[in-house]
Amino acid sequence: MKIIEAENLTKTYNGFTAVDGVSFHINRGEILGFLGPNGAGKTTTINMLTGLAHITTGRVKLLGEDYTRSAKKAQALMGIVPDESNLYEELNGWENLCFCGALYGMGKKVREERAEQLLHQFGLTDAACRPFKAYSKGMKRKLAIAAGLIHQPEILFLDEPTTGIDVAFARQIRSLIVDLHSRGTTIFLTTHYIEEAERLCERLAFIVEGKIVREGTVEELMKETQEENIVNFTLGGDLTNLTEEFRNQFPDFNLKLVNNNSVSIHSSATFPLFPFVQFFEEKSLPVFEAKIMRPSLEDVFVRVTGIELQKMQNEQTKKGKKGGRS
Amino acid sequence: MRTWIAFSNILMKDMRSYYLKPPNISWGLIFPIAWTLMFFLRSPVAVEVRDLLPGVMALSILFGTTSMLAVTITFERKSRSFERLLLAPISLNLLMLAKTSGAIMFGVVNAFVPVIFASILTELSGINWLMILGSVILVAITSTFLGLFIAVSVSQVFEAQTFSNFFRFPMLFLCGLFIPLADLPVFVRPLSYALPLTYGADILKTAINQNGVISVPISFLSLLGFSVFLFAYSIYNVNRKWIL
Repeated sequence: MKIIEAENLTKTYNGFTAVDGVSFHINRGEILGFLGPNGAGKTTTINMLTGLAHITTGRVKLLGEDYTRSAKKAQALMGIVPDESNLYEELNGWENLCFCGALYGMGKKVREERAEQLLHQFGLTDAACRPFKAYSKGMKRKLAIAAGLIHQPEILFLDEPTTGIDVAFARQIRSLIVDLHSRGTTIFLTTHYIEEAERLCERLAFIVEGKIVREGTVEELMKETQEENIVNFTLGGDLTNLTEEFRNQFPDFNLKLVNNNSVSIHSSATFPLFPFVQFFEEKSLPVFEAKIMRPSLEDVFVRVTGIELQKMQNEQTKKGKKGGRS
Repeated sequence: MRTWIAFSNILMKDMRSYYLKPPNISWGLIFPIAWTLMFFLRSPVAVEVRDLLPGVMALSILFGTTSMLAVTITFERKSRSFERLLLAPISLNLLMLAKTSGAIMFGVVNAFVPVIFASILTELSGINWLMILGSVILVAITSTFLGLFIAVSVSQVFEAQTFSNFFRFPMLFLCGLFIPLADLPVFVRPLSYALPLTYGADILKTAINQNGVISVPISFLSLLGFSVFLFAYSIYNVNRKWIL
């Protein structure tokens, strides 16, 4: 069942098109990821979906109901965690959660119970009475996610959930996301970390300059760009003159020397490994390892978007430190 | 019921976080005393406390409400915590009413601090308290919405403070409190009538000393008109500038 359906969403600011006709949907219980560089339109898309930005053209539906011009109708069913932890500095963790619950009309007893439960679930019980301003960046982000879940929304929007926080907290947050997903929470996540997208998301959309350039499951995306099948063999012995003999015996395959002790076999179709192992053994070249080489998601992203990933991640890290938004 | 829970909690949080903080409470006391002393000391002729009361009350409301609201909203916008409110499933009108209710209440309480001081120094008989209450509430609402108008027009806290003075100081001298409207230069008088405090101060003068110059119903209607205009324009601006 589709929770969110976006059709041709476009957002223009003073003649500049930030999001250009994107269409996608999010199924109940899945994690959809938007992966793209700074300024690609990820946050603007979330803002349009959640009512923080007016939609220039296009349509958006929540549970089949159009809310393009009336986001207030849909906001009760959404949990939103922005790229900056924007809770109230002067309130403590528990008060912040209770206040957020009250914004969604939750009664006193219900919101207090839920706040306790979330603080426990997110490992923040000990920090419950500490002012938000005294929290570390990672704790702030965890509490912000808890605040997004206080009213048990149909869908949780996570905008760059691990940007600007240390590795240990980032791991904790990723585990929390996996845990939320296993409990059936539907999540829309934006990130610039390719490993995060690969590990957490069931489906991914690459967004560049306001356009979705590719969308699919991780396997689909990888398969699409996999032009040939490659197997790497780590061998013992002398590999000189191997190419010629290989070509004679396997004319449909291509052998490349990788380094002094490994070769790769290339083919347009999948192939069994045994004949090659046998061939190497006959040539007195013991096989130590055979590894099927697949393109990484990073290779796919770079190939599809033409964007150097390292550059994109460096930019985002700088942004995270500055506390900016895309 | 759900909307009321959100409304009351926004109001209570603001009261706790901003309006009931000791510096603000002390400001509510110091400000009227400072104004009263200033007029006592500077006036060449003996001044009656009762004559000063409408002015001090009106200024206490104006400065209290505009300062607080313009600064707190700009601060919340800057820290992005205001986004939380915009994302809550309550209408923008109700949200802004919840955000301004604290300032209105703060203004009303501020207005009665000078009354308490005055009651110690002089006799306060023959005052139309009902009219005072009505005008204090309306002046507080108008001044708060002026604060809201300022908050949605600026993006930095320091701009909120300086932009507030752009409206407050002309009002201070042109509203007829300290210089009667009739004594103002003719070319300045139309400006006086374009300022909401002129009407609020005049009602207070009528209620306390029976020496107002504008018809009370017209003053009430004018204040109501200013309130509606400032609120509607602020909401329009929020929609245009904050929900991009």
